[in-house]
Amino acid sequence: MSINRRQFLRRTGMLTALGLGGAIAFTGFRKKEIAAAAEYAIEQDAELASRWAMVVDMSKFKTEDDFKRVQEACHSIHNVPDFKNTKDEIKWIWKDDYEHTFGGGQNKYLEEHLNEAPFMVLCNHCENPPCVKACPTQSTFKRRDGIVAMDFHRCIGCRFCMAACPFGARSFNFKDPRPYINEVSPEYPTRTAGVVEKCNFCYERLAKGEQPACVEASKGGLIFGDLDNPNSEVRKIVSTKFTIRRKPELGTQPSVYYLVGGDDNA
Amino acid sequence: MYKGGKIIASLIIFVGLFTIPFFYNMGKANAGPEVNLQQLEYMQSVEPAIDMIAEHPQLFNQWRNEAVREGKTVYVNSEGQSFDMSIEKLAGSDSSKQLCASCHDYLAVQPTCWSCHIEPKEAVK
Repeated sequence: MSINRRQFLRRTGMLTALGLGGAIAFTGFRKKEIAAAAEYAIEQDAELASRWAMVVDMSKFKTEDDFKRVQEACHSIHNVPDFKNTKDEIKWIWKDDYEHTFGGGQNKYLEEHLNEAPFMVLCNHCENPPCVKACPTQSTFKRRDGIVAMDFHRCIGCRFCMAACPFGARSFNFKDPRPYINEVSPEYPTRTAGVVEKCNFCYERLAKGEQPACVEASKGGLIFGDLDNPNSEVRKIVSTKFTIRRKPELGTQPSVYYLVGGDDNA
Repeated sequence: MYKGGKIIASLIIFVGLFTIPFFYNMGKANAGPEVNLQQLEYMQSVEPAIDMIAEHPQLFNQWRNEAVREGKTVYVNSEGQSFDMSIEKLAGSDSSKQLCASCHDYLAVQPTCWSCHIEPKEAVK
């Protein structure tokens, strides 16, 4: 039996079509979603809001301990590793000086104690988050309650979000963080190498009806609430007292407000 | 066939060598994973509407999207029973803490769950 070229090509073509068609018949009709009957719910005492926001009352951050206590509360709960060098440093909430917090161009005659005054900084959970636009995998996204959150499962470590964030709120895991965590907290997963991370406004605690860890540890220095609720404490402060935000000229609409005048001279 | 005898003899030897493991294990019972029925039953009870052994990875993916993106942390299964969507709690829910490991070890699958999620302390990899 001998076949010519034309017959050979026709037969291989038919076989290929059969193979592909067969594969689709097996996999194409397999349902993508499973257990359609099931539902998802929130926990009964979960805290709900339409835009979570925070006010940082700088009058309550006086000593080194005020900053440290807040940072430790956050970092210990979220298993933030301590690499002991600034290149690999991972930070969710940290202390920075005036210039780095509110941008350059300030009055150069500003007194030293003001110019070098430390501020508590964290992810601003912007209303128009540039990191979300930059993320190619939708690993970073804005939740309905205003929290800019991350799905670490999806992060591919491209670090576009870090370049897009004007506040330096994001850190990258250059190494496996597990060995650098002093005491692993069971409340929140760790991360792996090659993943970006940042503050998540403690959405896992809000889901259980708790306040964010930093707010609890701040002894009133951090005030947390729903900006869209006219009766919330944050809304009252933001609308009646003088607060500033980081780099508002960029139009990202941060949700973290700094009460700099203190309570008396608002 | 040129040198047919040698070729056929070599082929028979080759096939024989290749199939030694099959003949060697023929008739012996497969040991199977050390999964007790209680564990399996518990796992199946999380969602009786699906085959949990085959489809739990897809279910967990749905859990992840609901929990992380929608903030919904409770799963109500097709029979109305509520579960916290947490693989930590699921893995630590049976007394031996071997719910995941017993099957995964046997099948030599190594899902990366525990490289981030905190494995229940008693669990053995």
